[in-house]
Amino acid sequence: MHIPDLLPRLLQGDRRALARAISLAEQGGSRARDLLAGAYPHAGRAHTIGITGPPGAGKSTLVNALALELRRQKRTVGIVAVDPTSPFSGGAVLGDRIRMQPLGGDAGVFIRSMGSRGRLGGLSRATADAIALIDAAGFDVVLIETVGAGQGEVDIARTAQTTIVVEVPGMGDDVQSIKAGVLEIADIFVVNKADREGADKTLRQLRSMLHLGGPPEDGWEPPVLASVASNGQGIPEIIADADRHAEHLRGAGFADAHARTAAEGELRAAVQELVVERLRGAAWDALVAKIAARQGDPYSAAEELINSL
Amino acid sequence: MDRTIRVLVAKPGLDGHDRGAKVIARALRDAGMEVIYTGLQQTPQMIVEAALQEDVDVIGLSILSGAHMTLLPKVSQLLREQQMDDVLVVAGGIISDDDAATLKNVHGIAQVFGPGTNTNDIVAYIRANAGVARD
Ligand code: B12
Ligand SMILES: Nc1nc2c(ncn2[C@@H]2O[C@H](COP(=O)(O)OP(=O)(O)O)[C@@H](O)[C@H]2O)c(=O)[nH]1
Ligand SMILES: [Mg+2]
Repeated sequence: MHIPDLLPRLLQGDRRALARAISLAEQGGSRARDLLAGAYPHAGRAHTIGITGPPGAGKSTLVNALALELRRQKRTVGIVAVDPTSPFSGGAVLGDRIRMQPLGGDAGVFIRSMGSRGRLGGLSRATADAIALIDAAGFDVVLIETVGAGQGEVDIARTAQTTIVVEVPGMGDDVQSIKAGVLEIADIFVVNKADREGADKTLRQLRSMLHLGGPPEDGWEPPVLASVASNGQGIPEIIADADRHAEHLRGAGFADAHARTAAEGELRAAVQELVVERLRGAAWDALVAKIAARQGDPYSAAEELINSL
Repeated sequence: MDRTIRVLVAKPGLDGHDRGAKVIARALRDAGMEVIYTGLQQTPQMIVEAALQEDVDVIGLSILSGAHMTLLPKVSQLLREQQMDDVLVVAGGIISDDDAATLKNVHGIAQVFGPGTNTNDIVAYIRANAGVARD
């Protein structure tokens, strides 16, 4: 497939061009940057919704159920599902699609699995790019499933407009098990597997914990909802609250603030990548050797390299 | 630039034997590849659609049910229709030598690996042949 053809085809919603474009973004480099530069101005229309929570909580099943409901409402859905890359081999088994089989054969759905490829924080380096490309291809909603390491997955809150944190009943018997960082990023809490014992208790604990924090600064009180992702129970309510959250962001002008935070993160990542790429070479290698031999330090070396730009 | 090889491992048809597919998925992961595992009971349509969305270099089909002569040619045919002939298709499982020869010569399956194949050989084959036809 010809790279110059990719952008126009992608903007028309061509699925194969979109798929190839995401691969290019994952690969990085100047061709990827040219493509992304062309696509970015066309993105920004989709509602981006992140889904995070511990492994096995039912994130993939929930994404499947949310997508089915969105399709019932005639909205098109792009899905990005991130799974961990092995730090030893660099390989990965990406298995989230197993739970998304009911979405097969629907031209209004596009699913892409990504390995985290060495990035911590629940997403991969190219996840934001993949979301932008799917957005530019015209999908109404983009659902993003994070790795689900449980901790420190704050990247998703910066990347997605609405963040859903998924918990399950009886995760440890008290709310201590819910990490402070996770509380702060949630726009919506979902207690999934509500068919299991202890769901009411977990719902109550979460709600009272949120009240302890006092009224939220931005005027948005994260709702705490119950669901059974495996049979669709509670799913329309989650969509309704996600829509309400998008409305809230728009109404209060928070959408701009969110977009700025996301843009800043993306700019920083792009600058880092480009600067490192430009600086790699003989001088870089020489400085690496010097630092390794303790004849230099990384800070002075970095300054020397940057000044040479 | 080095690109991570992406492989879709799928089980076509009504075949519950998934040990081999899981062994292969793990071996390819340990060799540094990204394996998209779609689970059991995949129709040829589902397999080709997933391969398209995931932009894989390789499709690996694991089949021990005996239905390979109907399902595997269908996958190749759909790939041709989608102009995805640049995707390498390999298969494994219980497939007789005669059937394997027909699949390779007539139906666009690049290679067939039977029971007892060392996974290192499979890794080496995929490394040598994946993404060759891709631009
Ligand atoms: C274990 C087993 C089972 C287990 C399966 C457990 C599981 N979750 O996988 C159970 C007990 C459930 C089972 C059930 C049945 N089985 Co059974 N089963 C076997 C057995 C003994 C071993 C298969 C196995 O796991 N091997 C180990 C793995 C690692 O090897 P492998 O899959 O061959 O994979 C290797 C290669 O083939 C290749 N490979 C495989 N896939 C792929 C994919 C790619 C991409 C690549 C590159 C390579 C590759 O690489 C692997 C490593 O070398 C075989 C006999 C045999 N010796 O093969 C019969 C066998 C496959 N079963 C058979 C039958 C008939 C059945 C049943 C229909 C029996 C019945 N009447 O109920 C049911 C059907 C179940 C179903 N829903 O489909 C027949 C199939 C006959 C045929 N195709 O003509 C066999 C051949 C036995 C026989 N001689 O009759 N079975
Ligand atoms: N009982 C019950 N099981 C569920 C529910 N949602 C998901 N599961 C199961 O939980 C397991 C893990 O689900 P998965 O979506 O893969 O979780 P993930 O790791 O968070 O993506 C699977 O076996 C699902 O079928 C639910 O609401 N109730
Ligand atoms: Mg999952």
